[in-house]
Amino acid sequence: MPRPGFVLDVDRSTPPTLFWHGEGYRLEQLPPGSRVIYPPEPLAGLPDPDAAIRHALRNPLGDSAPLPDLLRPGMRLTICFDDVSLPLPPMKGPDVRQRVIEAVLDVAAEKGVDDVQLVAALALHRRMTDDELRHALGDRVFDAFAPNGLLTQHDAEDPDNLTFLGQTEQGEDVEINKRAATSDLIVYVNINLVAMDGGHKSVATGLSSYRSLRHHHNVRTMQHSRSFMDQHRSELHSSNWRMGKLIAASGVKVFQIETTLNNRTFPDQFSFLSKREWEWSAKDRALFAASSKALDRTPTRLSRQILHGIRSPYDLTSVQAGEVEAVHAQTTEHVYRQQLVEVSGQTDVLTMGLPYICPYNVNSVMNPILVMCLGLGYFFNLYRGKPLVREGGAVIMSHPTPWEFHPVHHPSYIDFFDEVLADTTDPLEIEKTYEERYATDPWYVHLYRTTNAYHGVHPFYMWYWGAHAMQHLGAVIIVGGDPKAVRRLGFKPASTLRDALEMAEDVVGRDPSITHVHTPPLLLADVR
Amino acid sequence: MSAPKSLWRTVRTVVREPTWPTSVPRPPVERRTGVDFDTDWSRRYGVRLARAVVLDGVTRPLLHAVASPDIRGLDRIEQLHGPAVFAANHASHVDTPLLLASLPPRFRHRAAVGAGADYFFDKRWKGALWAFAINAVPIERNRPSPRSVRLAGSLIADGWSLLIFPEGSRSPDGWGQPHHPGPAYLAARAGVPLVPVHLEGTRRILGKGANRVRPGRTTITFGAPLYPETDEDARALAARLEAALAVLADEQSSDWWSARKRAAAGTTPALTGPAAPAWRRAWALPNGPRRRSPSTARPWPHLSDWRT
Repeated sequence: MPRPGFVLDVDRSTPPTLFWHGEGYRLEQLPPGSRVIYPPEPLAGLPDPDAAIRHALRNPLGDSAPLPDLLRPGMRLTICFDDVSLPLPPMKGPDVRQRVIEAVLDVAAEKGVDDVQLVAALALHRRMTDDELRHALGDRVFDAFAPNGLLTQHDAEDPDNLTFLGQTEQGEDVEINKRAATSDLIVYVNINLVAMDGGHKSVATGLSSYRSLRHHHNVRTMQHSRSFMDQHRSELHSSNWRMGKLIAASGVKVFQIETTLNNRTFPDQFSFLSKREWEWSAKDRALFAASSKALDRTPTRLSRQILHGIRSPYDLTSVQAGEVEAVHAQTTEHVYRQQLVEVSGQTDVLTMGLPYICPYNVNSVMNPILVMCLGLGYFFNLYRGKPLVREGGAVIMSHPTPWEFHPVHHPSYIDFFDEVLADTTDPLEIEKTYEERYATDPWYVHLYRTTNAYHGVHPFYMWYWGAHAMQHLGAVIIVGGDPKAVRRLGFKPASTLRDALEMAEDVVGRDPSITHVHTPPLLLADVR
Repeated sequence: MSAPKSLWRTVRTVVREPTWPTSVPRPPVERRTGVDFDTDWSRRYGVRLARAVVLDGVTRPLLHAVASPDIRGLDRIEQLHGPAVFAANHASHVDTPLLLASLPPRFRHRAAVGAGADYFFDKRWKGALWAFAINAVPIERNRPSPRSVRLAGSLIADGWSLLIFPEGSRSPDGWGQPHHPGPAYLAARAGVPLVPVHLEGTRRILGKGANRVRPGRTTITFGAPLYPETDEDARALAARLEAALAVLADEQSSDWWSARKRAAAGTTPALTGPAAPAWRRAWALPNGPRRRSPSTARPWPHLSDWRT
């Protein structure tokens, strides 16, 4: 029976706490009286995932007919799937997308559907490499579809392959992938790693263009999403839902398949990372000592390569299929079942160790903008109810924050960091002054369409992602980061956690309450 | 930090267990000692062979030298071939090897010794030592343990005899202690005979609290096997065992006929001695109070050296 997550009250006999620190990890001694939030242990996986998937396709939720009844010869079927940003780290094969898509294709083949295309729902993310596609879809699907041009990646800058469906009642433009919009059926295959994933967001965001995305990927929406993980208090969610309803009203039929994973994030050799420190066995301690020392002494490029080679042994915990909203409601419950941890009250100072990976640097570099996005955009928002840290409180993040960018994946990030952040870090000012120019810059558009580059506007979205936190917090301190890069982000650098806590006291007052989120594995704090 | 210091700290991190937060209750630790100590390995063929070599080649000659055993009553178990439960009085650590060494070979190499789980199996190395040396199996002596009962039952079913001391621990003063019904319960449950064995003289060799072995003479008297009767419960069988041991003790300190007559008249002296203050109990011991240890150092001056 997996144990639920819990909040540890640190006392004098509490051993040091593990903090991720980029491509490495550290042990930090938190002051007595601090709290550490530990995620729940992994739920048991489904005993027969393939049977569960087949069952879900034939027993849909909501007012959807079973998948076999929706398929017929001569129809246009488009299967869309989440891109490389999910799950994190990439899962050990077979990827759940492969399992689901193979099951869908089996049914399509039985029903004599010939016109089938697969579309990676990238939105403005970078194009996946062939290896990444092959990992997500498996050899059988990749080899059957890619050579025939039937496996494509959504291009949000290709006007010939976009269809404008109309405007929501709030004037939001809805423009999505033409192949999907003109199909008789879209089957969307999701991996719902966090509560924010899936639902109408899959199609309304994953298959849309800048024209559409700018209506919810903006500072106002982000500041009114409290948090992204709480559907009832997320403006991002509301906007996507309005768009989703318009898509449905336009006659685009979506058969949604959502899957949830447990939080078995690390393979055996790194399993100590998921454990509570006082329960570390001699083997765990040896693995920690060996890997920590080795990573410290390894050149960053190599340690990055080693860590990005981690494949998570996730288990499938649920699969739902059918009508979008009915499916998503049940999926969200499964996500909550795995991730929710009840936390009593807010804290003055929130500490977090940031790992080497976030959704936007798979097989890439975690540049300073992504450090901000992971800390203030994602980890800060892993709450339901109230933020973990009180208004005016401080967040302390541990990460080396190197002044380093992947030139192929993140070209516009480099200019954003050099030009925009040198001018201002105010999200509203940035949005007003710079966004349009970067979003429409032909060079960035060219790189996005023809290489593996994120869209020109993507670093702006990353910055907006942290807008709610920046508005809420009194101070952000990064421990062990490159001081120049940290200052460019508008944050304060600190050499040690102790220094950072002292610096935080200047903002939040003496003897502050301190809470550390022990993640990954992911958790969602239900703050009462 | 210097390299050796860093290495030392790393090693210490690995070797030392983390401290446990006060607010987190410790889960029950899976015990591998005490009654949960696994002794199956000690009955594998290779281990049995090695033990037999030690028992016959080392222990028996040693005990003959130290305890000069006088073994009586073997004829009473002549007809016994299958597994049995041997129950003896207990006054010394010498009792177990002496009794094992005194058993006929058909029992000697196929007997397991019920040993206090809290004393002989509290540490893994101790458990391993006793499991090898005397084929000890852990028995919970202060409360009934389903695991102990299951283990004993399976051993008997596999043809192993058991050697158990019903008093549970060594006598503190030379007199017998109240019996636990354990051996009788096991015999009744398995339907095997219960053999009373009386040991005399071992306390003088290595009594409780003694810190060295003092060679002496011992007498081991086997009694007639007690067969559990139909509908006889363990307590009744335990009472018969206690009575049989008392008669054997009487027989050893007097003669068989006198002991039989006292048994018939119901006047067999109780094993537990008189209910009296300690000094009177010590005085009333069949062989008198334990002698004070003679000093090993010669007194100076020794008066005999100065007498003519």
